[in-house]
Amino acid sequence: MADRPDPTSRPQQRAAHPALHVDGLGKRVTLPSGELTILDGLTFDIAHGDTVAIVGASGSGKSTLLSLMAGLDTPSDGRVVLDGTVLSSLDEDGRAKVRGERVGFVFQNFQLLPSLTALENVMLPLELRGDGDVEAPARAILEQVGLGERLGHYPRQLSGGEQQRVALARAFVTRPSLLFADEPTGNLDTHTGQAIIELLFELNRAAGTTLVLVTHDDHLAVRCRHRLRLDSGRLVEDERQAA
Amino acid sequence: MSAPATSMLATPSPVTIGPRGIAALAWRQLRRDLAAGDVRILLAALVLAVVAVTAVGFVTDRAERALAIEANRLLGGDAVVRGNAPPPDEIDAAADAPGLQRTRTVELDSMIRVGEGETANLRLGDLRALGEGFPLRGQFTVIDEVGGAPQAAGGIPAPGTLWMSQAGAETLRARIGDTVGIGESQLRLAALVTQEPDAALDYFNVAPKVFLNFADLEATGLVQEGSRLRHRLVVAGDSNAVEQFVAVARDNLGRGQRLETIEDARPEIRSALDRAGRFLGLAALVSVVLAAVAVAMAARRHSERHLSGTAVMRCLGASQRTLVGVHVGELLLLGLLASTVGVAIAFALQWVIGGWLESALALSIPAAGPVPALQGYAVGLVVLMAFGAPPVLALRRVPALRVLRRDLDPTEPSAWAVAAVGLGGLAALLWWKAGSPELATAMLIGIVATLAVLSLLAWGLIALVRRLRTRLRGSLRYGLANVSRRAGTSVAQIAALGLGLMALLLLTFVRTDLLDRWQLALSAEAPNRFIINVQDDQVGDVRGFIAERGVAEPVLFPMIRARLASHNGEAVTGEDYEEEGGRVQRRADREFNLSVVDALREDNEVVAGEFWGATPPASPELSIEEDFAESLGWKIGDTVGFDIAGQPFEGTVTSLRSVDWESFQPNFFVVASPGSLDGFAASHITAVHVPATDTGFTGALVERFPNLSVIDIDAVLNQVRSTADQVSTVVEVVFYFSLVAGLLVLMAAVSASQDERLLEGGVMRVLGGSRRQLRLAQASEFAAIGLLSGLVAAIAASVLAGVVATQVFDLPWQANWAMAAVGGALGVVAALAAGLFATRRVLDAPPSVTLRELQG
Repeated sequence: MADRPDPTSRPQQRAAHPALHVDGLGKRVTLPSGELTILDGLTFDIAHGDTVAIVGASGSGKSTLLSLMAGLDTPSDGRVVLDGTVLSSLDEDGRAKVRGERVGFVFQNFQLLPSLTALENVMLPLELRGDGDVEAPARAILEQVGLGERLGHYPRQLSGGEQQRVALARAFVTRPSLLFADEPTGNLDTHTGQAIIELLFELNRAAGTTLVLVTHDDHLAVRCRHRLRLDSGRLVEDERQAA
Repeated sequence: MSAPATSMLATPSPVTIGPRGIAALAWRQLRRDLAAGDVRILLAALVLAVVAVTAVGFVTDRAERALAIEANRLLGGDAVVRGNAPPPDEIDAAADAPGLQRTRTVELDSMIRVGEGETANLRLGDLRALGEGFPLRGQFTVIDEVGGAPQAAGGIPAPGTLWMSQAGAETLRARIGDTVGIGESQLRLAALVTQEPDAALDYFNVAPKVFLNFADLEATGLVQEGSRLRHRLVVAGDSNAVEQFVAVARDNLGRGQRLETIEDARPEIRSALDRAGRFLGLAALVSVVLAAVAVAMAARRHSERHLSGTAVMRCLGASQRTLVGVHVGELLLLGLLASTVGVAIAFALQWVIGGWLESALALSIPAAGPVPALQGYAVGLVVLMAFGAPPVLALRRVPALRVLRRDLDPTEPSAWAVAAVGLGGLAALLWWKAGSPELATAMLIGIVATLAVLSLLAWGLIALVRRLRTRLRGSLRYGLANVSRRAGTSVAQIAALGLGLMALLLLTFVRTDLLDRWQLALSAEAPNRFIINVQDDQVGDVRGFIAERGVAEPVLFPMIRARLASHNGEAVTGEDYEEEGGRVQRRADREFNLSVVDALREDNEVVAGEFWGATPPASPELSIEEDFAESLGWKIGDTVGFDIAGQPFEGTVTSLRSVDWESFQPNFFVVASPGSLDGFAASHITAVHVPATDTGFTGALVERFPNLSVIDIDAVLNQVRSTADQVSTVVEVVFYFSLVAGLLVLMAAVSASQDERLLEGGVMRVLGGSRRQLRLAQASEFAAIGLLSGLVAAIAASVLAGVVATQVFDLPWQANWAMAAVGGALGVVAALAAGLFATRRVLDAPPSVTLRELQG
């Protein structure tokens, strides 16, 4: 217990910790037929500013790993240390606070709130965090993703590609230190998907964010410097490209 | 098994299961579904509809049965002739026929005095002088010693004693053995009456009742000129003799006299009961309509949840017949379950209400019959089938391909089609319950129109919310955005909850606020005591007495009891004025008071013709209250004749007046010019304002003039208020059902959007939203819905109350902000409680699970 970092304080020095430290991570669920192991003893580090692709067959545990790393779920074994903060030591509200301050998300299904306009969707994470000025940065980033003309549109009035661009804007507007993307092009045609990927990497470069994405798409995976391959819940490859 | 596989392929036929198999599948499906929110709401809405209708049905049924059983007890005999004069000789003689017993009673209002002097307890009471042998059917139950148990009385009070109603004795603080002053007599209170043979269902008459021996009546000095006596001749005997008596009586009834037999006993109670039953039925119907909306919403959601499962069954080869069988079977089972639970709850409720009524009315009320229970089942099944079946039946058209392509949904029946089928079902139900298609249609149109108006108001308010939310932030903005995004469901929620709230607000408002305002609007100097029965020779003394007490000198008006005899020279009776309800007919038949005034009073205004001047006209002239004249068809210049105790009197109508009845001054429909009624026996009436500090006024007055009756207006108003309170308590219970039904609509709407809410809640959690922020978003949404419901309800109730205020109470319309505040607060609390309960899963579900389950 003595060596556990204070879960609520941000690290004094960013470089002192990896962006993400995964240590002996396991997840099991109990089913009527018995216990099922989804993830088993994963250990790895993700450095600040790294781009990471988590790949693997369907059912290999990629999305569960993403959920645990982002603090959306709690592990059965091991721990996740995000920027020096041990996520499993926090309650759900504590983890939500960490997410609001340091983490961005992009989903396969965009997950924009249908009752809010594009601008309001982008403002929402800033508002939840309690920021003072929320409109200016939201407008700016929507301009940046090319949607400056569609601020007042509702999600249903936007195409799939446009919705995903709003989602990217929403993910980057809080200037997260870590961005998780779950199959960000899964629901888009090839051409649009390509454009979104370009935008994602461009924003990532500009913000210096650590990017962790789950994908089936090998083309996308090879653009990342760091690949983690899962098979039946085990880490079978942890490959880093030379910088 | 022996059939070759090829022939099975050659004649492919969908799998059809037998009825037992379908029933088993339906039951299994219901048991699984009961764990889901929408089916629980469906169940709750149905149970509520059944409880509302059945509980009202049970109570009304029991009251009707009590009336039927008590009919001859209510009469005190087998046939009764009532009237304000003794029956004519022919009837009197017929009552002496062999095989008949006879007796009589006389009733009048009189002051009842317990104690002496100014500290005496005084109340205007209902005095009943009983003839020997009364009642011929039924009996009194009395307590004849302090602390004793109620027991059947052996007859009537002995001469020199009286009995008093138990409630009356409590009011007057009289104890057995006390001396009670009635007019000029002092009688000993010998027993307290706990149950009368002929007063059942007379619950709201709270005036103390006093029973004395007929032989003691004359000595009281109360039977005088102008006394309003109510005579009853009661007979009983074998049925042939009674029939003969009834035949003779029917042919010889005098004017203003009425024959009652056990078939038509107490028509006023029967019609009051009928009206009460219909009104409560209508009130219960509001709950049924709202519950039906909840059922339609929940059924839609239920069918959506079953799309995938049904597609899989189609893939596995289930026939449409099987699918229909399983889904309709499930609904039927659900309907039976809900109806059974509803009827059981209603039965328990009516047990409690029945017990309360039994002790309040002091009579035994028979158990309810099975008809209300059957109606309950009918309501449950009709509402479910009419509103719930269409979306569920659409499931049979689910294409098997939906297993692969989730966008392939069956064509949903349009909301209009569901509404049309549903309203048809409701109309049929109403027709059956109301017994008349016109009434049923009117009721339905009334409720649907009210809902439509409330919906329109809701649309307007939601448009305002849409503008407002751009000024808010974060959770609040998201909550309000939800209200305007799901505008259709929000309108339904607001209108439904608003209707329930409106009914409650209106009831409370009319009962308290309007009565208060009306009482305040009365002049502070308005008379608060009416003194009646003042005899000719007492006029000066009474005037002197009042002056001695320092009260402004009163005007005493003569009152001469008269009956209409002719109009423009032609004899008329009530039969010439037949119209619906018989009000004018009764007016033309009964005795009423004529008076004489020399000048037009301040609270009167001539609207036609000319009022007589200072010099009395040579021939009798009449001035008539305008509505009274209109109802009887009298015009300026008409001659109208009256019969005054057998003497004719005729006058010419020279003016019509409007009267401000709220002046609380004595006023008369017909007044005659000075001198024209001289020589006719009269009693006098006056009204005075007695300061609240002069508590001994009535006691001293009655002590000095025992024959006078004093009506305390303050006491009457208090009685009106207490009666209104009691009646509205019953109605309030029924309206609470409507409020709960409105909340069920809200919950059904929430349940229909549960998946979206879970997903959005998950996304907000992912974006860093805390539980508190999520709760705030939900709370702001439901608070807005509740506030809008309350506002819509307050607006609608204000308009209706305004109509009541201007039309009934003659008060100016006045905005009632308190009502808006109470409505809004009640709406917010109710919607918050129901909405936060219905969305509790959104908070509890871990975001990863929600996103995984729902985003596919």
